[in-house]
Amino acid sequence: MKQSLLDRRLLFVTGKGGVGKSTIASALGLLGARHGRRTLVCEFDAKGNLADFFSIGETGFDPVEVQPNLHVMSMDTEQSLNEYLKLQMKLPRIARVGPLARSLDFVANAAPGVKEIVTVGKVVYEVRERHFDLVVVDASASGHIVGQLSAPQAIGELVQVGLVREQTHWIADMLADPQTTGVVIATLAEEMPVSETLELTERLRAETQVDVAAVAVNRVLPELFTHAEQEIYEKLRVDDATERLEQAVGGSVQPVYDAAELAVTLRRTRAEHLTRLREGLPRDLPVVYVPELFTRTHGVRATHQVADALADELGT
Amino acid sequence: MSLVTDAPVAGAEHTAGGLEQLLAAKEIVISCGSGGVGKTTTAAAAGAMAAAHLGGKVLVLTVDPAKRLANALGLERFGNVETRISTEAFQDAGVEPRGELWAAMLDTKQSWDDLIRLHAPDAQTREAILANPLYQNITGKFVQSHDYIAMERLYEIHASGRYDLIVVDTPPTRNAIDFLEAPGRMADFFSSRLLRWLTVPYRSKVVNFASKPFYTMADRILGSQFLEDIAEFFLLFQTMYEGFIERSQAVERTLEDRGTTFVVISTLESAPAAEAEFFIDALAERKFHLGGLVLNKVLPGFLLDKGAAEVAERLCRDGSELAAAIGDGAGPPDALARVLTEIGESFLNFRVVAAREAEMMAGLAERPEVVVAAPYMESDIHDLAGLLRLGEHVW
Repeated sequence: MKQSLLDRRLLFVTGKGGVGKSTIASALGLLGARHGRRTLVCEFDAKGNLADFFSIGETGFDPVEVQPNLHVMSMDTEQSLNEYLKLQMKLPRIARVGPLARSLDFVANAAPGVKEIVTVGKVVYEVRERHFDLVVVDASASGHIVGQLSAPQAIGELVQVGLVREQTHWIADMLADPQTTGVVIATLAEEMPVSETLELTERLRAETQVDVAAVAVNRVLPELFTHAEQEIYEKLRVDDATERLEQAVGGSVQPVYDAAELAVTLRRTRAEHLTRLREGLPRDLPVVYVPELFTRTHGVRATHQVADALADELGT
Repeated sequence: MSLVTDAPVAGAEHTAGGLEQLLAAKEIVISCGSGGVGKTTTAAAAGAMAAAHLGGKVLVLTVDPAKRLANALGLERFGNVETRISTEAFQDAGVEPRGELWAAMLDTKQSWDDLIRLHAPDAQTREAILANPLYQNITGKFVQSHDYIAMERLYEIHASGRYDLIVVDTPPTRNAIDFLEAPGRMADFFSSRLLRWLTVPYRSKVVNFASKPFYTMADRILGSQFLEDIAEFFLLFQTMYEGFIERSQAVERTLEDRGTTFVVISTLESAPAAEAEFFIDALAERKFHLGGLVLNKVLPGFLLDKGAAEVAERLCRDGSELAAAIGDGAGPPDALARVLTEIGESFLNFRVVAAREAEMMAGLAERPEVVVAAPYMESDIHDLAGLLRLGEHVW
């Protein structure tokens, strides 16, 4: 039996650009908070649009509480490096200012893995110190996540001695523990997102120690008709029934038919991709479906709606 | 005939012009935008249209194509090598092409290795760099290295004069403007003072007093082997310093050239649209040429019809009454009423999205001179005919 998604303490939500990674991450965060867990949602890419999902102003490196139990922050590599040097390396303050610090920044940028360590290390640290019960990371897009999550291991291999090497151990250990950490891949029922999800699942399993916890399919179109209804609809479209309907409503129903056709067409192509997704994924990997909400609203209201849908799916 | 692709799009009144003129006038067209908006497909469609109708030699340089797209172009092996799409493939799609369509994919690692081979002063340096663990890590995993190498490859191909037009899609960057700054950053990287600093102990036996604490500390943090790797890497790279700087400046000039234009690709969802807006600003700030805006997956315009909305509302509200009026020819009244309600609701649902997106389009369309919209395609594009069909919408 797989560990339930929300029982973990660190979730990385990734996925191809444009599939609604931030939506899923925010909604998971809301769910965590609703369950009374002290929750942090952390945005890795400093695009700053996580704030939109909670209808708050710009977020920064210091977490802000946006509602009871729910905190939000944005990753900042430089600030994180400084904090890291202070807390982990116990570097004297003198080393953290002036030219020496600038040089270190440079090393962090140039040396592979250091940047990844300070970002991934930061969220793992928050979990380890039990500052939060649940940390949800709105992580990097699928192209970068493998590199990020394998960095502690990679740098451990590259750097044979020294403090960095010691530091990478506990990060790697916590990432590798499926009771603690899981990756959620957000996707859409479309060709490219499904293909990338299948590839990413394999790569994460092959190249990192991190457990893939679930795949979340965003914006799934509901089935418009049952089979019986589909038959009625087909009959309705023959001329005289439509004529009588148009007389009764006093207008053309063609655009409504066209929209129904659009819904059916979109649903049908997407259903094929969903099948390909389910069949291509390991059997024991849970797939959760978030319906298309056709929502008029944005921001925190829409996030709540997605959280409701996720709660139904997760049975929580 | 398909209602999805042939009906006019919602917000069509905000569109203006097409890409034909741009593709005829420019030598480099760079498509950019956030992930998942159809950048690669749009670039390929534009390239295919240019080859078909404008003639000349056209190259589509792509970073990350769907495998099926590569197959569709008839390229089983779609690597760093430029490959021609056959005339027969066009003929199969019902078009007699005036020019040639070529395609190539960016292989980051391969391109870096080529670049090292180009710049390395001698065979020994070359082999030492290619074998350096840090180099392998940087080229393989460093995200920013993709940005630079994409622009570098573009420069190289353009400078070779092999093509009349190069259409390129940009790597999926964290930040849409990263690749614009990649050449500049690369130059900074090689001219940095730290680079010289780091290599001091390996260049001279005398480490001066001022820099000693730095090495002590760096050693404590990173370990000396790693430091040595870094130093070796930088020392080797220094031999190529001049070449790299010159090259990255040339790459930057190419982006600013009048023959180069940027086309921003987006859908009308809020996140990609916000990024498109940001990108339009970033281009203007850097004085790069904004050629146009392509909006993909736009819903059909009939959804915004007012009369149709009233009809849909009545279907939702008076399903039973209307079912009775139709009679039982189509099915049991209850079920018929349910169907009427469902199609009414479905219309109104899509209408909400279409209305929001039309509003979004009006905002985005304010600045670019060329704004084109492509409808939802009923299936994914995986052949040349599909690319050309999409191409017709943006032409």
